[in-house]
Amino acid sequence: MRHRPSGENIIGFESVGLRYGLGSEVLQDVSFVMPAGSFHFLTGASGAGKSSLLRLMFLGLRPTRGRVVLFDKDIAQTRRYELPALRRRIGVVFQDFRLLDHLSILDNVALPLRVRGVKETEIKKHVPELLAWVGLAEHLHAKPPTLSGGQKQRVAIARAVIGRPELLLADEPTGNVDDHIAMRLMYLFEELNKLGTTIVVATHNEQLVTRFSHHPRLHIGHGIVRKVSP
Amino acid sequence: MISRHSDLPLKGDATSRYMPWLVALMVFLSAVAVASAFAIQTVMTRWDHDVSGTLTVQVTPVPGDGGEALTEDRVRAAIDVMERTHGVTAVHALDKRQMMALLEPWLGSTDVVEDLPLPRLIDVTLDPDAHVDLAEAGERLSRTVPGASLDDHRIWLSRLIDLSRTIQWLAVGIVVLIGAVTSATVVYATRTGMAVHREVIEVLHLIGAQDDYIARQFADRAFALGFGGGLMGLALAVPVLTAIGWAARRMEGGFLPHLSLPLVGFIAIGLLPAAAALVAMVTARSTVHGTLARLP
Ligand SMILES: Nc1ncnc2c1ncn2[C@@H]1O[C@H](COP(=O)(O)OP(=O)(O)OP(=O)(O)O)[C@@H](O)[C@H]1O
Ligand SMILES: [Mg+2]
Repeated sequence: MRHRPSGENIIGFESVGLRYGLGSEVLQDVSFVMPAGSFHFLTGASGAGKSSLLRLMFLGLRPTRGRVVLFDKDIAQTRRYELPALRRRIGVVFQDFRLLDHLSILDNVALPLRVRGVKETEIKKHVPELLAWVGLAEHLHAKPPTLSGGQKQRVAIARAVIGRPELLLADEPTGNVDDHIAMRLMYLFEELNKLGTTIVVATHNEQLVTRFSHHPRLHIGHGIVRKVSP
Repeated sequence: MISRHSDLPLKGDATSRYMPWLVALMVFLSAVAVASAFAIQTVMTRWDHDVSGTLTVQVTPVPGDGGEALTEDRVRAAIDVMERTHGVTAVHALDKRQMMALLEPWLGSTDVVEDLPLPRLIDVTLDPDAHVDLAEAGERLSRTVPGASLDDHRIWLSRLIDLSRTIQWLAVGIVVLIGAVTSATVVYATRTGMAVHREVIEVLHLIGAQDDYIARQFADRAFALGFGGGLMGLALAVPVLTAIGWAARRMEGGFLPHLSLPLVGFIAIGLLPAAAALVAMVTARSTVHGTLARLP
């Protein structure tokens, strides 16, 4: 794992604005930094722009204005061919999972390794291990459409962490699971965080944020992001 | 190569249903064009071989009473001149019966032509190694024997060879054109496939796939479809070409030399499915790269 010494910033936003098409700005003037190795919650009402902010972080969108710096690279200046290398350092749990319905969950979780050219023997070893850890050992060959929402969510999380990313962006990762599993997943994130992964969890589950209130939180309201310290 | 891992569900695409047939047709047409080009080559070589080394002297018949005897004298004089020419090994005048036999396939019943004032022909065989000044010989012949002229087969032969060569280039052009059409179809099919699987491609990108990771999957699929279709086309072409060759062999009346395909021809046709597969693969790959490069 390539982890930088904590203290250095892994993400920096400077006066970032975002609008979709010709609509009004979803995000206005967003500025913050996240040190490497930190753990942040991202909160805000539904429609506030949490997913949009994450999309900017995983390079799924470019800002309409302002500057986004990721791993010391100004995103505005990165070329298309440089994106895959950056994205491999980021794991994403999408709010809508984005699993590939025609692939088994084993193959879904193996994807980040396959695109990196990891050997099949390695894949056959690590992927079932991780899936067993998230409680899906029985479903290795099932296709996502046959799984429950909570099971899909765990597949999505497994896919996000299998590549040992430096930055993990999780969009409502506990939205569809019961409390017990939610806690288990949060402990997984904490564990990864201890190993050096920078974590951002977007959620509107206030209970969860309160329970893990030792982590700082960024709150989005009216297009503005403000820091709520623990 | 064909069974490499693929994340994109390309097997179920409509492309999988029509592409092999299309490539089959293209390979079939290419095989016909290639076979024609090689068959023409064989014919040309034989013409060259058959006709070089022979010349024809033509003596115009003298009209009127006693003309026949006079013509006969001139034929004899012409034979005499040719026999004394350096490099000539044999001189042989065709008699009226042989002439009729030659003309029969074209004019039918010989009774009709019996009375026509036909020119008399004399076959002259040359020593293939000797250098003969044909222009000088022809001039001497015309000077000595009125109404006699030397007809150099090589003149019309060269025109025939020119024509054949044009037809060969045409065949090459047809094959190139077929390749271009196949390529264009693959471009279209690939773009359609990319639109259908837009979301999967986006996910692959977001988890760090390089463009080539995606391009390779389309390329592998195109190769498999192209090769399968190509083999079908070949399976179709072989019996058809065999039948044409067989029919031509029965038809040929001495004028068309034996039609056959040289070994290189068989090899070229045998390689067509692989060529089609390669064209499809390269096209698909560059189409994916081109399309992805235009994304933001
Ligand atoms: N692709 C899009 N095109 C146009 N508008 C969009 C798009 N995605 C999001 N929006 C708009 O941007 C705003 C923020 O959406 P976003 O999905 O970021 O909210 P969110 O905070 O993640 O909400 P939730 O908690 O419900 O997931 C919303 O008003 C939404 O309508
Ligand atoms: Mg959201």
